[in-house]
Amino acid sequence: MAEITYEGKTFEVDEDGFLLKFEEWCPEWVDYVKESEGISEISEDHQKILDFLQDYYRKNGIAPMVRILSKNTGFKLKQVYELFPSGPGKGACKMAGLPKPTGCV
Amino acid sequence: MAKHATPMLDQLETGPWPSFVSDIKQEAAMRAANPKGLDYQIPVDCPDDLLGVLELSYNDGETHWKHGGIVGVFGYGGGVIGRYCDQPEMFPGVAHFHTVRLNQPAGKYYTTDFLRQLCDIWDLRGSGLTNMHGATGDIVLLGTTTPQLEEIFWEVTHNMDNDLGGSGSNLRTPAACLGESRCEYACYDTQAASYNLTMEYQDELHRPAFPYKFKFKFDGCPNGCVAAMARSDFSVVGTWKDSIKIDQEAVAAYVAGEFKPNAGAHSGKDWGAFDIEAEVINRCPSAAMKWEGGKLAIDRSECVRCMHCINTMPRALHIGDERGASILCGAKAPILDGAQMSSLVVPFVEAKGDFDEIKEVVENIWDWWMEEGKNRERLGETMRRLSLQKLLEVVGQEPSAHNVQEPRHNPYIFFKEEEVPGGWDRDINEYRKRHQR
Ligand code: HEM
Ligand code: HEM
Ligand code: SF4
Ligand code: SF4
Repeated sequence: MAEITYEGKTFEVDEDGFLLKFEEWCPEWVDYVKESEGISEISEDHQKILDFLQDYYRKNGIAPMVRILSKNTGFKLKQVYELFPSGPGKGACKMAGLPKPTGCV
Repeated sequence: MAKHATPMLDQLETGPWPSFVSDIKQEAAMRAANPKGLDYQIPVDCPDDLLGVLELSYNDGETHWKHGGIVGVFGYGGGVIGRYCDQPEMFPGVAHFHTVRLNQPAGKYYTTDFLRQLCDIWDLRGSGLTNMHGATGDIVLLGTTTPQLEEIFWEVTHNMDNDLGGSGSNLRTPAACLGESRCEYACYDTQAASYNLTMEYQDELHRPAFPYKFKFKFDGCPNGCVAAMARSDFSVVGTWKDSIKIDQEAVAAYVAGEFKPNAGAHSGKDWGAFDIEAEVINRCPSAAMKWEGGKLAIDRSECVRCMHCINTMPRALHIGDERGASILCGAKAPILDGAQMSSLVVPFVEAKGDFDEIKEVVENIWDWWMEEGKNRERLGETMRRLSLQKLLEVVGQEPSAHNVQEPRHNPYIFFKEEEVPGGWDRDINEYRKRHQR
């Protein structure tokens, strides 16, 4: 497992670039990841999705289903991909600091 | 000289069946020799290290791949299965060993030109190893590194006009039997259906939006050569409505021994002379056939179109002319609540043109399942939880005897309130007026 230092913060990550510890998340993390996820600037819309993912994870201990993400944020899946080109799992969840999606991916 | 000693794998080079070990060794030797002078984009000894890690697993009796892996290409939420070795220092050639799923042509017909182009891309940017094909149907490119994913995607889309297959909680790559392309049993153009629905639902295939995975498969007849009824949530199986066509002269030729039963499928053993009575008439599951005075007759109203008589005498018996398909739903492997084959939902549907009637059923089911399905719940499980009645309702299919193998034997029957005179609102005091406590 690798350790990344960015703007004076260190993050423990896995091969896929997911944070190993949700508690290590901080705004600098988003800044660090965004380029590798094809995002140049974090807009309000990006932030809205990231905030929702984090709230949901803190409350429920899992990432929301895609449908729930769409319903709560008001963004259709197409818009989610416009914001996060690699999608809600690899893109948004990674930036929000949630654990790596598992299962038959 | 091989990079790792592989004494156990070497034993799998003996015997008559094509040896995957010999083939991988051949590819390893080819990459080492590099006759085309390629600038390999991933470690040249990737196949050697794959054999090395596999030998280690043979010794340990344990897998040496880490859990999971989330990689992909921009714009898509699936298509690539990320994988990392848990002994990267020992086997650096397979430290990254991602699998790329590539959408295959329906029926898997190829030109050598297409396959050569694909091999050229994969030789340069991958391990040189493949799976032709994955069980769902995809061409499987087996083993590459993360930085090569976008490169491969660019070349496959720009130079080969091809796309990735599906993975994740979405529509997976559809597949079909070879259908009308070379089978006289095909009741509709399965390849066209598979292609048409694959193109129609590209968004659903590339960007996971479902509670769980969902698969389409298209069989041209009940023989099930792509096993739609066992391996797809939405199984389309060809059939016909009118009578089986009988060519009495050809029947006579079978009886006379001129034509071989089952097109010679049992010629490896002496089963005696063809006996139409024993091998066809008495095997018909619904006893719908008669053989009298050298004439074969079939009672169309009793025939369940099982294919047995047609399979046995393909030159004499043919599928009818009023063709279409049945739609069955819910097949899945055991996890979580037990294995399921698909259950009949729509007994007969038109299967031509743009397959609009089939798409309507698909979309009605999706509308319902996307809303009601629980996280990681296959359609078959949603059907069990919320009932076949509910599925028939959302599809707009009037329930009929066709929808069950047998009626229920328990009396836990739900009624809709509007079906019951007086409804559910009852006053206990009214009741007490007639029945004392
Ligand atoms: C002439 C008198 C009675 C007749 C003809 C009668 C008949 C029946 C029948 C046909 C069943 C359904 C059995 C089944 O579906 O497996 C049943 C169930 C039952 N009866 Fe009676 N019964 C009588 C009196 C009583 C009395 C006096 C009691 C209690 C004090 C009683 C308690 C029950 C119970 C608890 C059940 C089970 C209900 C259920 O499984 O949901 N029955 N009876
Ligand atoms: C706290 C009290 C009781 C409890 C918790 C209880 C619970 C149950 C349960 C769980 C069943 C099985 C239901 C099923 O198979 O779906 C049952 C069946 C039955 N109970 Fe009770 N019961 C109680 C008292 C009584 C009394 C007082 C009577 C009779 C005077 C009675 C008569 C029956 C009968 C006849 C059946 C049906 C047996 C059968 O399936 O053939 N129960 N009860
Ligand atoms: S499923 Fe039927 S139509 Fe398709 S290839 Fe098999 S026998 Fe032919
Ligand atoms: S298709 Fe099957 S059910 Fe129909 S007549 Fe032939 S054997 Fe009998």
